[in-house]
Amino acid sequence: MKWRIAVAAACLLTVPVVALDGQPGMHDPSTVIVEHGKYYVYATGGGLPMSISDDGWTWRRAGGVMQAVPGGKPGPDVIARGGNNTWAPDLIHLGDKYFLYYSAPGTQPKSAIGLLVGKTLDPESPDYKWEDRGPVVWSDGIEDSNAIDPGVFHDPTNGTLWLTYGSYFGYIRLVELNPKTGQRLYPDRKPVNIAINSEASIMIFRDGWYYLLVTHGSCCQGANSSYNIRMGRAKKVTGPFLDNMGIDMLQGGGKLFLGSRGRHVGPGHFGLLDLGDGVEKFSCHYEADLDRGGISVLDIRPLLWRDGWPVAGENVKGGTYAIESARTGTALELAVQGVPVGGLRGRGGRGGMPPAPGAPPPPPPAPIPPQEASQVAASWPAGPASARMAPYMLQAQQQWTIAPAANAGGYPGSPFFKITIAGTDRVLAATPDRELTILPAFTGAPEQLWRIDQLADGTYRLMPKAVPNSKDPLALSAAGSSMPTLATFNPESDRQRWNIKTP
Amino acid sequence: MNRSSRGVVPLLLCAALSPEASAFSRLPADSQDGKAAARPPASSLTRPASPAKPAGADGFIQRWLLLEPIPVPGQLTESAVRTAVETDFSVPATPFPHDADKLKIGDSELAWHAVDTLNYNVNLYHFAYALNKPTTNVLFWAVTVVNAPREMSGVRLAIGSNAASVWWVNGREATALYNDRQAVIDDGVSRRLTLNQGANVIRAAIVNAGGATDFCARFIDENDRPIKTLTATLTAR
Repeated sequence: MKWRIAVAAACLLTVPVVALDGQPGMHDPSTVIVEHGKYYVYATGGGLPMSISDDGWTWRRAGGVMQAVPGGKPGPDVIARGGNNTWAPDLIHLGDKYFLYYSAPGTQPKSAIGLLVGKTLDPESPDYKWEDRGPVVWSDGIEDSNAIDPGVFHDPTNGTLWLTYGSYFGYIRLVELNPKTGQRLYPDRKPVNIAINSEASIMIFRDGWYYLLVTHGSCCQGANSSYNIRMGRAKKVTGPFLDNMGIDMLQGGGKLFLGSRGRHVGPGHFGLLDLGDGVEKFSCHYEADLDRGGISVLDIRPLLWRDGWPVAGENVKGGTYAIESARTGTALELAVQGVPVGGLRGRGGRGGMPPAPGAPPPPPPAPIPPQEASQVAASWPAGPASARMAPYMLQAQQQWTIAPAANAGGYPGSPFFKITIAGTDRVLAATPDRELTILPAFTGAPEQLWRIDQLADGTYRLMPKAVPNSKDPLALSAAGSSMPTLATFNPESDRQRWNIKTP
Repeated sequence: MNRSSRGVVPLLLCAALSPEASAFSRLPADSQDGKAAARPPASSLTRPASPAKPAGADGFIQRWLLLEPIPVPGQLTESAVRTAVETDFSVPATPFPHDADKLKIGDSELAWHAVDTLNYNVNLYHFAYALNKPTTNVLFWAVTVVNAPREMSGVRLAIGSNAASVWWVNGREATALYNDRQAVIDDGVSRRLTLNQGANVIRAAIVNAGGATDFCARFIDENDRPIKTLTATLTAR
């Protein structure tokens, strides 16, 4: 975070945010942490503002971390090494402790990163408090380092704990931490330089590769911010981290992970949210959400993987789609007799009849318009009907409108959706016997609400919010080529993977 | 319905058959005095030679009673298939037939034939061709009894058929497939159902328009694994 403008952060605390997902306004969010089903994220601002969500979709402000720190502000050693600002935290849960690292810059690049240790994130818990454990790393204002923007990483291969940090003044640096205390394990060792010309660094690991994600560009200028998330990878935690073209991040390399797009300008501050079962998301903030007046907001999106690199996925947007089984290639449909698009008609021979010798070529055949439900639905059953799968033939009973359900809550990154046959109110629903039905109309019942998570390969998992008489989370599943059902999600199988395609 | 096989398969079939290759030799062969030439027995079908037939390695049911094909219009849409199966060319679900029983449908007297298939699927083309019966625009009825060692809940009937088909388990419709299609393993799968301990009657009607025709059927568990502990017999008791 380069020369952050304190006013900007202060404004975020006061500007009302549209209710799309509660109060997502924030800057420099930490990794999103899940504790007992609630989601917590921390951000830049006075007192280190905390936001909580019950479902990962609707967020609310919940005070600041420093309210639970003795003295209500960074400890004197932190302030002495850096300053009394509180910016850009990150945290991790190890054993029975949370280690929360926060930036405490003074006049940059004189800065420090402080450590807070707590047992719970829940302010309602009697165990809720944060203990100041002083500065972990700092920069003296002269060296090629600006000790802010901590990113904490627990190496799954050996249990070691690491901290990356830095912002533009010089290097992104790496130090090893003590997994039991959160403090530096070897305070006398020189930090390892791993990248340059960036900030908001954090590391993740997958399939033998360490990935370093950083943010390039400028921040804190609203829609004029050029923030973008870039990455490199290495076989060792200490690097070298090379981008897709082999350029070392120490020399400014970095493959683009996420840039500005749609209504969002300036993504930065990557954080991994691993939901288990192979479902991974990432958090970031946008410098400017144009749908919210250009303020900075949190977002949570699917994390995909392709050719050994993370890819930013897209949350499902409302629209009309074909829902195709990755297992079978057949498409979900209302179980009715289909009508060929354009009706039953001959094809005029293979490619049409040639014109008679000497005759002018006939005019080209007229286009056949798309099939609408209103054209064919008269013969459909009025009441509940079965769902099935069949080869996709562009027919009306195979086209689904996926639309956010109003006031129905959501899950990390998205609201719940209703899934209806396009042009009708017929809605896909779960049944008490763990099968599917298509009901005549949407009532908002939980078995008619769907969670749609994009998976690492770009396919989707569809889960009803609830299945009557069942406590188990179940996913839309292909039992053979033509039978959709509900089953426990198996991340190793294509049974519960679906492609959502434009029709 | 494999349209590309029209006119080809019979020649290949004749060339490949030998009397030793099939025990399904009781099918009548027409004489050569002005009628169709005698045909060799079906290569993939045999006469049952044991009281019960265990499910195959992949759980497929390999013992069936097949009714000689019924000529039908050969339309494969859902409405046409249901009309043929439920109205125009239905056969009584009870009593359970026996090998060589005869059934009068229209002007035709058709016989039931007990068969074991040597493959995972039941080749109805082989069956009808060996009988010198039509294979195009026909409806086949098939029945069997699946014996479960214990009550099994949450299982599914999983079938494939060329072409359209409708299936019942213990009198209740379990699954159906329509339109021109090849017999793909687990193409049509029922909802979860319960197999009784002991006998469970499976009925199927398969409608073919032209070309090859066959079906396969097995039961699968919650994780789509085939159930291999079933046996097939041809008595409903």
